[in-house]
This record gives sequence, C-alpha cells and structure tokens, in this order.
Amino acid sequence: MHELALAQSVVEAVATHANGRKIRRVKLEIGKLACVMPDALLFCFDAVTAGTPLEGAALEILEIEGQARCRTCGEIFVTETLWAICRCGSQDCERLSGSELNIKEYELCTALLFEGSAP
Amino acid sequence: MCATCGCQDGADAKIINIETGKALSEPPAHHQHHQHHQHHHHDHAEPHPHSHGHHHHSPDDVSDRRERAQSASTVRLEQSLLEKNDAIAARNRAWFAGREILALNLVSSPGAGKTAVLERTLRGLQKTQPCFVIEGDQATSNDGERIKNAGAPAVQINTGSGCHLDASMVARALPALKPSFRSLVMIENVGNLVCPALFDLGEHAKVLILSVTEGEDKPVKYPHMFEAARLLLINKIDLLPYLAFDLDRCMAYARQVNPCIEILALSAATGEGFEAWHAWISNASSNMADGPLQGHLGAAP
Repeated sequence: MHELALAQSVVEAVATHANGRKIRRVKLEIGKLACVMPDALLFCFDAVTAGTPLEGAALEILEIEGQARCRTCGEIFVTETLWAICRCGSQDCERLSGSELNIKEYELCTALLFEGSAP
Repeated sequence: MCATCGCQDGADAKIINIETGKALSEPPAHHQHHQHHQHHHHDHAEPHPHSHGHHHHSPDDVSDRRERAQSASTVRLEQSLLEKNDAIAARNRAWFAGREILALNLVSSPGAGKTAVLERTLRGLQKTQPCFVIEGDQATSNDGERIKNAGAPAVQINTGSGCHLDASMVARALPALKPSFRSLVMIENVGNLVCPALFDLGEHAKVLILSVTEGEDKPVKYPHMFEAARLLLINKIDLLPYLAFDLDRCMAYARQVNPCIEILALSAATGEGFEAWHAWISNASSNMADGPLQGHLGAAP
C-alpha cells in the first residue's frame, strides 16, 4: 500500500504549492509500469484529503502506456511487462515510457486572474 | 496529521536507539520543511495562471478572455510524486559520501532471512570494518535486539502502519546512530517485495535477499524490486537438497528482469557463500573511497 504514501505526497506537494488555497481538481500522470494501482491511489486520495485544502477535490489519473524501442531492429512497441521482448526476438530494448509518476497540474476553486501579468 | 497539508508519511514512525533504549521525539524532516515554507514564502513559486500558448491572440479577443478565465485557475506543476523523498535521499547520499560510508538497503519478503544474513555478516566483518544498522519493522524492537547481540550499534524504526522505510525516516535515524568514518551502514527495510522498490533511501545499492523456499519465479512475479536491486543474495541454499527449487532458472529469471544484476548464493545457517559476499562488501567499500558507486536507479551521478 505505498499508494497511501504517494497520495499523501500529492496532497502535501499541491497544498504547499497552492499556499493553502482550496483545490478543485488534481491531474496525475501514472505509467502502467510504475508499480502503482490507480484504483488504490483514488481510494487513498479520498481518505488523506479530509480536513485539507484538497478535501472534495477530484483526482484525475492519466495512464501512460509502456513503450519500448528495440536496440536490434529499431521497432517501437507497446509492452505490458518491465522486461520488453521485441517481435524480432531481441531482449535488448530501451524503455521509452510507462514509468511516469508525475503531478501534472491542479485547479483552484477560485480563478486567479493576474491581468497585470498576462502577456 | 499535519495541520498545514494533512500529510502523514513518516509522522507515525517511531525511532528507538537500541543502545540507549530511548525513543526519539524529533519532528520528521517534512514538518521542519513546512516551518521553512511559512517563513520564506517569497522563495517559492506562487501559483501562476497557465496561459502558455495564448500570447498570439489579441488581448481584446473575447474567446481568448473566456479561455484565460477558465485556464487561469489551473496551475501546471509537473513534479514527480516522489520528489520530496528523492530530495531527502540525495541529502542522505551526500551525507554518506562525505563520510565515505557504504550504505546498503537490504530488501526481501518477510522471512527470507534478512536479519539472519545480517547477523552472520556483522560477526564476520566486525574485525575488519565498523558496522552500524538501521532496523525497519512495522512493530517491535526484536530485530534491533538481535543486531545488538551480534555486536553492532543499531537504531530501530517502527513504521507503524507504513509498509516501507522512506528517506526521511533514515535521515532522522542517522544522528542517533552516529556511524563512523568509512563504516558500513546496513539498512534493513520492512519485509515487503513491492513498496520499498519505489523509495530511494540514499543507499549505494539495494541488496535483495531471496530464499530458496520462496519459489524460483519470484523475479518475474515481483519485477520492480528485482529491477531496482544491484545484488541478489539467494539465501538458505543449505535447504536445496530438500526442495524442488531450480537455482539456474531463478538466476535466469532475475537476469531477464535485470540484465545487470549481480547474484551470489549463500546460507546464513551454515555460512556457505559468505566469503564472496564479504568480498563484495569490501570491494564496494574501497570503491566508496574513490567516489560514489554508479548504476543505482535514481542515484545521483
């Protein structure tokens, strides 16, 4: 259940960055090979946001497919396992995506319009 | 729970100095971090509206205004979920490097023999190298006491509900442990083959212990941990005659997941294979004097 610790780190990072302002939505990017279950993260998020500026916020999770490039034939393909095996039989593959564990963005409940600073 | 942000990680972990029997009451590092934030708000980026890509419109464009009103409440963060842990781990790594300390993170499933391997290792190494131990368990100081009896200073971390050690727990334990210059620090993680794979503690290598009673396909069942480990110790090989465990197949599985993994077979019960393991430690320690080891996932260059 490291998802609990990860959910807490989302709350901490976002609440600190937003200076305690109320949050409406948080968007994460989670790779399918990152060893994190989105459902467990969603479950923990509701539990750890209680009493914080993220209480009631929606958690949006963008899942990223695992992709690898074969160093032998150059093919780029989707892999569901950490160890990728190319159709050509080669196991010498470079992982391109699937390990992501990122907070992409969050949305505040009240709009912040910095008219003066807008270009 | 922290009143600023509701964070809990590490806050309920209890740290006990096995030498003195005292429990530490220092606040976790992230709480100090908040105080820092409260006094230095100006140092940190204020939330800024996400208006990238809109500058080519005229400011009077109605649709642009509406778009900006919608997007103005959205703030791009682009930050790793593990950023805070990785930053503290980097600090631990620098702390170890400055003292030329070799720190190893011992991981395994419960019952694979981490503490037994550690006890025999400490008894074998003590004459040549000072050893210090950080013991991680959900509850009890039993393992810390075993290590103390094996002759090494130890600090016990009880994670409570936590299923892994994190970098801030290690950072809090180090001032109590006070490891000496050029010593060996063994961090025995919570018995768990999943969660500790994600959390860098600032160690130089993860050493994974797998026992032959567990089944040879563990590497492909729990690939993240095998991918994160530098060295695999296959323990309890004295039991091989009584089991259907295929050692070669197990090693092939481990190399399928992690082609760079080093593998040693040993028995904490009989001491077989310990010479090679001691040699691995001594080799890694002498490399420490020449600079930090390379190759760990997420390790600082």
